Amino acid sequence: MESSEILDPRLLHLAPADNVYIAIATLPAGERLVIKALEAVVVREPIPLGFKIAARPIAPGEKIIKYGAPIGSATCAIATGELVHLHNMKSDYLPTWTLEPGRSYVQSH
Amino acid sequence: MSNPTEITAYLRPDGRKGIRNVVVVAYLVECAHHVAREIAWPFREQEVHLIGFGGCYPNPYADRMMRALCTHPNVNSVLLVALGCESFDRAGLAQAVRGSGRPVHTICIQTAGGTRQSVAEGRAWVQQRVQRLPDAPRGPMGLHELIVGTVCGGSDATSGITANPAIGRAFDQLVAAGAAAIFEETGELIGCEHIMAERAVTRELGRELIGAVAKAAQYYSVLGHGSFAVGNADGGLTTQEEKSMGAYSKSGASPISGLLKPGDTPPRGGLYLLDVVPDGEVRFGFPNINDNAEIAELIACGSHLILFSTGRGSVVGSAIAPVLKVCANPETYRRMTEDMDIDAGRILEGAATLDQVGQETFASTLAVAQGRRTASEALGHQEFILTYKSFEPLGPSCLPLSK
Repeated sequence: MESSEILDPRLLHLAPADNVYIAIATLPAGERLVIKALEAVVVREPIPLGFKIAARPIAPGEKIIKYGAPIGSATCAIATGELVHLHNMKSDYLPTWTLEPGRSYVQSH
Repeated sequence: MSNPTEITAYLRPDGRKGIRNVVVVAYLVECAHHVAREIAWPFREQEVHLIGFGGCYPNPYADRMMRALCTHPNVNSVLLVALGCESFDRAGLAQAVRGSGRPVHTICIQTAGGTRQSVAEGRAWVQQRVQRLPDAPRGPMGLHELIVGTVCGGSDATSGITANPAIGRAFDQLVAAGAAAIFEETGELIGCEHIMAERAVTRELGRELIGAVAKAAQYYSVLGHGSFAVGNADGGLTTQEEKSMGAYSKSGASPISGLLKPGDTPPRGGLYLLDVVPDGEVRFGFPNINDNAEIAELIACGSHLILFSTGRGSVVGSAIAPVLKVCANPETYRRMTEDMDIDAGRILEGAATLDQVGQETFASTLAVAQGRRTASEALGHQEFILTYKSFEPLGPSCLPLSK
């Protein structure tokens, strides 16, 4: 499960092919993360427990890989350490629906 | 009696073995729901459980589900409550229960003289059954005779990395011990169908598994929704495929021995996928309107108990079979401790390994089969729901090891 590269203990790399890490603690904005031996990234927004961040730069249209399997595609360029969620990726199968403040039920893509 | 994995079961007249001893009160149309609930309510802490079907129009799936549930190995005896003019085949259901050797009584509200008389007659019958519950014969049951189902509800991004793979480890141990283990929700396997098919015991079964997931994807795309709730995204899951991969890990690593539909019992030990998405055109709406609809189907397949993985924090239990909660998220566990049986979030905090929580889940499964109450049982949860659906019978490739 763990990749061989040095990784911040608050991050989990589920499978070697994954281009996202999982936060296993809530990470406040401004927090410094060690992603590789010589690379440190500053978290720009709070990352809640269990959420995904990019393990490396991801191009628009590129597959997001978690558990070693594609879980959708990037809808824009994603920088290393950035939160990966509804705002920058989408399903390759079915739309995802969310509740937004002031509106009842919306399709996110 | 020194075998630590031996269960002292309730022996039913049809030869099946149960881990609970339940009197079921079943309403056969919504119009009989209140009367049935009034009958059952005073006995709710004495193993009297309420189930039922609300529809007035006939549905072969609901018929099959009710027959499977009323003759479930955990069921001792059954009271049927009909209004009288609904189309449910109450005589056929009573005959099926009687044929299984279980005591059954039917109250028809219209002929009994209305609400008050029906409630009085029903309570008198249930009272007498409750008094005789301790008379049910007991005998040994091995793990190879146990059927365990699993479901996830209120999933978040921790579910797929803690509770679900821990249940997968427990499933591997159960299957190795000869038990039957059932995982489900083909709509939550969208994106995993090809890796799953590689685990099928025959190539033909692999094609059936892929076909079942393709059917689910088609069904959900007609509805315009996946099996993905608002809370899933709030919890860090972004897409159906991501939720699927996490859900899929509940199945563990055993070979897949067969494909079931609601009401089919596994013919022998092994790992089975339950196809919960209806066959044919989209007719009655969502395949499963909530987690309890899936739990009822797992129980109708003979599951003695259910392993329920939750991240956001579900509190539900079920009528007929115990529901054991494996909590994926350590923050949820701390907030809702009394509702949870296992704290799988310790994996995230470095306090336990996946193998340790898997072992604990296996040991708890055995303890619950041996009589220990789950958190949801202790809190009185007995949720139940059954709605309209339609299924075709299983194809010939679905159970290759049954002969």
